[in-house]
Amino acid sequence: MANDQWTPGVVSGRLPADQLAENFGDLHPLMDAHEALVAADRCYFCYDAPCVTACPTSIDIPLFIRQISADGTEGAAKTILEQNILGGMCARVCPTETLCEEACVREAAEGKPVEIGRLQRFATDTLMARGVHPFSRAATTGRRIAVVGAGPAGLSCAHRLAMHGHDVAMYDARAKSGGLNEYGIASYKTVDGFAQVEVDWLMKIGGITVEHGKALGDALTLDGLSGEFDAVFLGIGLGGVNALRATGEDKEGVDDAVNFISELRQASDLSSLSVGRNVVVIGGGMTAVDAAVQSKLLGAENVTMVYRRGKDRMSASEWEQDLAAQKGVRIIYGAMPVAVHGNGAAQDVEFEYTRDAGGKLEGTGETFRIPADQVLKAIGQTLDGVPDDLEISGGKIAISGAGRTSLEGVWAGGDCAAGGDDLTVTAVAEGRDAAEDIHQALSA
Amino acid sequence: MADLSSNFVGIKSPNPFWLASAPPTDKEYNVRRAFEAGWGGVVWKTLGLDPHIVNVNGPRYGVVYGADRRVLGINNIELITDRPLQTNLDEITAVKRDYPDRAVVVSLMVPCEEPCWNEILPKVEATGADGIELNFGCPHGMSERGMGAAVGQVPEYIEMVARWCKAATQMPVIVKLTPNITDIRYPARAAKAGGADAVSLINTVSSITSVNLDTMSPEPSIDGKGSHGGYCGAAVKPIALNMVAEIARDAETAGLPISGIGGVTTWRDAAEFLALGAGNVQVCTAAMVYGFEIVKELKVGLSDWMDSAGYDSVAAVTGRAVPNVTDWQYLNLNYIAKAKINQDACIKCGRCYAACEDTSHQAISMGEGRVFEVIDEECVACNLCVDVCPVEDCITMEQMAPGTVDPRTGKVVEEEYANWTTHPNNPAAQAAE
Ligand SMILES: Cc1cc2nc3c(=O)[nH]c(=O)nc-3n(C[C@H](O)[C@H](O)[C@H](O)COP(=O)(O)OP(=O)(O)OC[C@H]3O[C@@H](n4cnc5c(N)ncnc54)[C@H](O)[C@@H]3O)c2cc1C
Ligand SMILES: Cc1cc2nc3c(=O)[nH]c(=O)nc-3n(C[C@H](O)[C@H](O)[C@H](O)COP(=O)(O)O)c2cc1C
Ligand code: SF4
Repeated sequence: MANDQWTPGVVSGRLPADQLAENFGDLHPLMDAHEALVAADRCYFCYDAPCVTACPTSIDIPLFIRQISADGTEGAAKTILEQNILGGMCARVCPTETLCEEACVREAAEGKPVEIGRLQRFATDTLMARGVHPFSRAATTGRRIAVVGAGPAGLSCAHRLAMHGHDVAMYDARAKSGGLNEYGIASYKTVDGFAQVEVDWLMKIGGITVEHGKALGDALTLDGLSGEFDAVFLGIGLGGVNALRATGEDKEGVDDAVNFISELRQASDLSSLSVGRNVVVIGGGMTAVDAAVQSKLLGAENVTMVYRRGKDRMSASEWEQDLAAQKGVRIIYGAMPVAVHGNGAAQDVEFEYTRDAGGKLEGTGETFRIPADQVLKAIGQTLDGVPDDLEISGGKIAISGAGRTSLEGVWAGGDCAAGGDDLTVTAVAEGRDAAEDIHQALSA
Repeated sequence: MADLSSNFVGIKSPNPFWLASAPPTDKEYNVRRAFEAGWGGVVWKTLGLDPHIVNVNGPRYGVVYGADRRVLGINNIELITDRPLQTNLDEITAVKRDYPDRAVVVSLMVPCEEPCWNEILPKVEATGADGIELNFGCPHGMSERGMGAAVGQVPEYIEMVARWCKAATQMPVIVKLTPNITDIRYPARAAKAGGADAVSLINTVSSITSVNLDTMSPEPSIDGKGSHGGYCGAAVKPIALNMVAEIARDAETAGLPISGIGGVTTWRDAAEFLALGAGNVQVCTAAMVYGFEIVKELKVGLSDWMDSAGYDSVAAVTGRAVPNVTDWQYLNLNYIAKAKINQDACIKCGRCYAACEDTSHQAISMGEGRVFEVIDEECVACNLCVDVCPVEDCITMEQMAPGTVDPRTGKVVEEEYANWTTHPNNPAAQAAE
């Protein structure tokens, strides 16, 4: 008997395959050429444009949009990729509503910014569809650099180093490159295996080798790498997860949201994935939203996201909160988990309302329960697997300047490094800037 | 509701909006649809003598786009009617019979020989048409045959042909002028001297709209080659307005009725032509781009504006702005203005800054938080910032009150009018002393 949305427990196949395919289709479909021209016409070509300032990789946005208008889409792509080699992924996953598009003067003028993200995708996809890699390497320098972690930060760093003529050896603990582009980002933001397509395209620069299944702290040591290479870049992201600090966390049906998402991203058949009838997601960030929305899209009947603070403190953007609401996710603000109840498997989660007592969050004493056969924890990721002698600040690798760590010859960037938002685009910027700094240091 | 009815050199129409001689007036079918939509009159697509000419069988239009593929201008290499004379005459007769209240004017182009005109004019008069328009304007195809712009560029020919026509017909004679000359006043004076009842202008402007960089052919391209065409539409309006004004304020042609043509797209364009001396307007491209229904906006818009501005007839608007068209040397040099940026309306795009800093007078500062302000000490009031600002009325030109000091020059703003003719820097002015 086929399952449906009302089947109790954590089961697979709640929705028919065609429905699943539709649910997980492209969230912001590729513009066609006509749409792109119409959208590009709206750009004012601002002086010292605020959108450029708002972009962590400082893409010359007015220039690339003008290039699209003037029939130079591949030139536009190059303008983008010069600053941000993962411009294709960023066009899909950047929370543009809090970055470039928030700064767009037409947001101020009409509440309707130029569609920068979608135009960026139009340009980069056009170029990538031709299989063109528009950059080439400088003459080889003979210098060798180890890049640990093949996520956005590591890939961006490796590409820039390779462009400068250095030889890069990249290592990653997982079986595929891409980091959270491959294992984390919501499916509907990056359909059709784009993460791997982009990695393959990026690697066309040459001069980069990659070994999977090689983890720092396991097969690799920082000492060893420092001894063997001229420089080391760490872009290992945040591998650990925070604990819930509520009883019953070990019950069946309780899982980390990042695991749930990574399984989803790797699944070749969405109807083989299990999801609860009543799903409770705990947390208020992008991960929580993605887990909640995708549970709903997989066919969960009720999905509730519970965040311990108020709406204004939620790190998921307004736009993402709206997306969740639009997909039928219920969001409860101002409540923290107390216990997961159930006999072996989760049955419901008990929450306590919170209040802000002069900056400190405290329980009000009033509690409520939400039925849950699946509980997804999305309360933050943590740094994992770095050697003890590396200085840490605020739970991340301490850095100064363009990613210099406390150890000579070791740089870090992306989510694992202190400073900057935990965003793909920030990781790309930090990886690129560290590469420039390494290049300078090695050229000195 | 203002009275839109029009009486142009005795030709009456319920409103001053005529369709210009062109594809919209090419045949009975179109003209009937135009009249049903509400157009006040038409100038029938130019007739010639048989055998009728032939058109190219490939693209005849080129285009210039603005944002969002908005048509700013079209050029064409179409010739005059490509149908037999009698077919057109029969259709004109039928239409005029069914729409007696609308203006039906017939555009003509025949060789520069008196017998040709004597042959065609009685036939046109027999249709019941209200008047004729002499097409001395077409810049392509016909001028190579000694007609159209070839005649329009030689004032003596204009005068001669106008005189022949006046002698051979009772119908009012309108001479349509080509803009492809250096001084529009000469052909206008010639038309008047020949006894023409009115002039209409402009016909299309010689142009190449674009080049296909793959085939290296101008567009529109016929089998890999292109020919210059005639440009029209919104883009030519400034050229047309100036020419209309030049004729309206020329002492020799003052009072000569003018039918204004060139880029009329909205009621406002029409009102501007009227204000500069036109008695009515003709429209071609806007109808070709948007269809006949635009006449509804033209009529309602003009009427509403006339009501609000207190004009009760089209004639009352005609020429209102003519006294204010002057020569540069008579402009008041004691009029001093400064740009002013409304910070509440500003969206901080910085286009004014780029424009002024790079290409004007470095008179806009960019402060903390993208605050753009005019530096009065530098502003020459050139208006460029106003022009490039995407927000209407965000930047305005504010006149400085007499008696105040212009921080740019350190001089007191004088109350009296003073122009270049008396300015100390003018060698001619000094020589006159
Ligand atoms: C669920 C989810 C959704 C997100 N959605 C968005 C979004 O929509 N938009 C957005 O901008 N950002 C989003 N983010 C954040 C974004 O994915 C990250 O900021 C970004 O991927 C950080 O890049 P990184 O290279 O620093 O780290 P990662 O992408 O985490 O890559 C780190 C890489 O290092 C490898 N690695 C880890 N430890 C080791 C080790 N010890 N040895 C060797 N290799 C190791 C990993 O396998 C991985 O490949 C999301 C994050 C999550 C978790
Ligand atoms: C395709 C086309 C054909 C035209 N043919 C004629 C013509 O036969 N006779 C004529 O007097 N003017 C002709 N014109 C010129 C128009 O009547 C008019 O003067 C000119 O287009 C400017 O007006 P507009 O800007 O409203 O189009 C033609 C214009 C176009 C676009
Ligand atoms: S009016 Fe001209 S000079 Fe004055 S601020 Fe504007 S652009 Fe500059």
